[in-house]
Amino acid sequence: MEKRVRVLVAKPGLDGHDRGAKVVARALRDAGFEVIYTGLRQTPEQIAEAALQEDVNVIALSLLSGAHNHLFPRIVELIRKSGMTDVLMIGGGVIPDSDIPSLKEAGIAEVFTPGTPTTAIIDYINANVK
Amino acid sequence: MDNENLKSKVAEYTAKVEKASAKFPERKNLEYNRLYTPLDIEGMDYLRDLGLPGTYPFTRGVQPTMYRGRFWTMRMYAGFSTAEESNKRYRYLLESGSTGLSCAFDLPTQIGYDSDDVISEGEVGKVGVAIDSLADMEILFDQIDLGKVSTSMTINAPASVLLAMYIAVAEKNGIGPEKLNGTIQNDILKEYAARGTYIFPPKPSMRLITNIFEYCSKNVPNWNTISISGYHIREAGSTAAQEIAFTIADGIAYCEAAIKAGLDVDDFAGRLSFFWNAHNNVLEEVAKFRASRRVWAKVMKERFGAKNPKSWMLRVHTQTAGSMLTAQQPENNIVRVALQTAAAVMGGTQSLHTNSKDEALALPTEDSVRVALRTQQIVAYESGLADVVDPLAGSYYVEAMTNEIEAEALKYIQKIDDIGGAVVAIEQGYIQREIQESAYKWQKEVENDDRIIVGVNKFQIEEKPVEGLLRVDASVGELQKKKLADLRAKRDNVAVNAALAALESGCSDENVNLMPLIMDAVKTYATLGEICGVMRKVFGEYQAVATL
Repeated sequence: MEKRVRVLVAKPGLDGHDRGAKVVARALRDAGFEVIYTGLRQTPEQIAEAALQEDVNVIALSLLSGAHNHLFPRIVELIRKSGMTDVLMIGGGVIPDSDIPSLKEAGIAEVFTPGTPTTAIIDYINANVK
Repeated sequence: MDNENLKSKVAEYTAKVEKASAKFPERKNLEYNRLYTPLDIEGMDYLRDLGLPGTYPFTRGVQPTMYRGRFWTMRMYAGFSTAEESNKRYRYLLESGSTGLSCAFDLPTQIGYDSDDVISEGEVGKVGVAIDSLADMEILFDQIDLGKVSTSMTINAPASVLLAMYIAVAEKNGIGPEKLNGTIQNDILKEYAARGTYIFPPKPSMRLITNIFEYCSKNVPNWNTISISGYHIREAGSTAAQEIAFTIADGIAYCEAAIKAGLDVDDFAGRLSFFWNAHNNVLEEVAKFRASRRVWAKVMKERFGAKNPKSWMLRVHTQTAGSMLTAQQPENNIVRVALQTAAAVMGGTQSLHTNSKDEALALPTEDSVRVALRTQQIVAYESGLADVVDPLAGSYYVEAMTNEIEAEALKYIQKIDDIGGAVVAIEQGYIQREIQESAYKWQKEVENDDRIIVGVNKFQIEEKPVEGLLRVDASVGELQKKKLADLRAKRDNVAVNAALAALESGCSDENVNLMPLIMDAVKTYATLGEICGVMRKVFGEYQAVATL
């Protein structure tokens, strides 16, 4: 049997908005992925550590506080440093369009903004996970 | 027409339309009918169930004259970047006809960290204003007469500290605490359940809250000591009935804690206030507001035996639903906010914040805030909705729905009582799971097109990139760090340390009211992070239950 895709849904920073993260986590689980949810207030170090320990294929970051330009690249950096080179990293939340190019440059493969159906996220993971 | 005749006519009608029936998705939960008739409110007793405005059970409103006396307070939630920037926005809002202030604090402030804490990096000044010490607070309210304006502060875990700073700023300007009007949110239970800015575990958190109740009842008599909030529970995905049920269950827990601490219910209950969400379903929302007043009045009178009519009144601030605004075709949000405003006003709110059209994308610009405020002013002065007290009373639909929401809420409150109260229900994750279920159901409905969101899953267009969004300058963090370094060098650090030591020993003794000690500490310019740090040391930190 093929190994199931493992996804870490993570809430970096101090943001408490977890409706989106939980809805996405549920939808991914219903779509057959193995989902680990970190809960709130995770530092980049904690997220990188959890990703390593859980041996995940995908890290899905959710942030609505505006700190994405600081936190997302920091997490990518830590993940790369820990040698997880083939993990797919995606992000979502209230993220202005104008910030997306630089996040992608930093290593976030795709950014999903408000109104995105969960099916679009599922399809994206299926098409891009290594 | 006699009832038997009406019954058969209604049955005839129902049979005829049944085939064409496709139930509205949002009605699945409460099973609303298509048509309401006198049959749906059979047994309703006007004086018992509705009463007159300003009388028990306050279904029709807490004041006798409602908006014929004066309009609701138009209170726009604002704050970002530094105290200097936010002070400018507050003065702009007051000049534009806002009648109260509402402060948004950044996440480090809300979670009790200074701007120079490593955990604050990237978050300083983002979702609200950064306040590190009394020095920032003095700038925030510069040239604003705290004796005249009423100020609401969205602050929970460190509410005691921000309130102490506010009192200290007023004192410096010669305004005594007895003259202050305003509100602190101070509602920790919904932080655990839905909003996330908790610091301490439930027990010391409840102590801080009852300390504030007691301190304010003696020293700041016009202050609303808590804003028991359903807003965030609804934003997290709950239904209308769950919003009021979980919030009133939280309210019950606060009352029980205060009574257990030795307070008399009538000494604090009149200063409890509530905070509702105004969603898009206008009539359901109106019914929710009406039902909530009736439920609370009964809880206070019958369960807690409150004698003062003021203790029975559910006074409420409202904010339009941020989660109902779309990033797609953002101009449409102006219309949504207008409908939500209509709901809050017909529901009888005491104050209102209206969201701006760009809030699914970023913090609002000055121009979009003006439109949001004008929306309230148009509803107040032009729409006629504010001309009559509780204009929808007597509508078969609204009365029946008021009854249904009340019944559904009472069922939840009973269930939470059975679990052992709101604190236990939250610790077990029950309330979080109920909210998540509703949020997931909603999302499924949208994705299956059972629920239409205009511009999102129907009537889409090719979107142009939105321009002119507000951006918080990334240098705010550095600026705050520098201000803090200067402050720590300049202040009397011996006095700071003495005040913090006194606070620490107070924290260890449950019989001490911490408010005076916190007042002393803020006056020495001890920082928010230092004060919360002392409390963290003694109280520990809340470990969340991650429910999924």
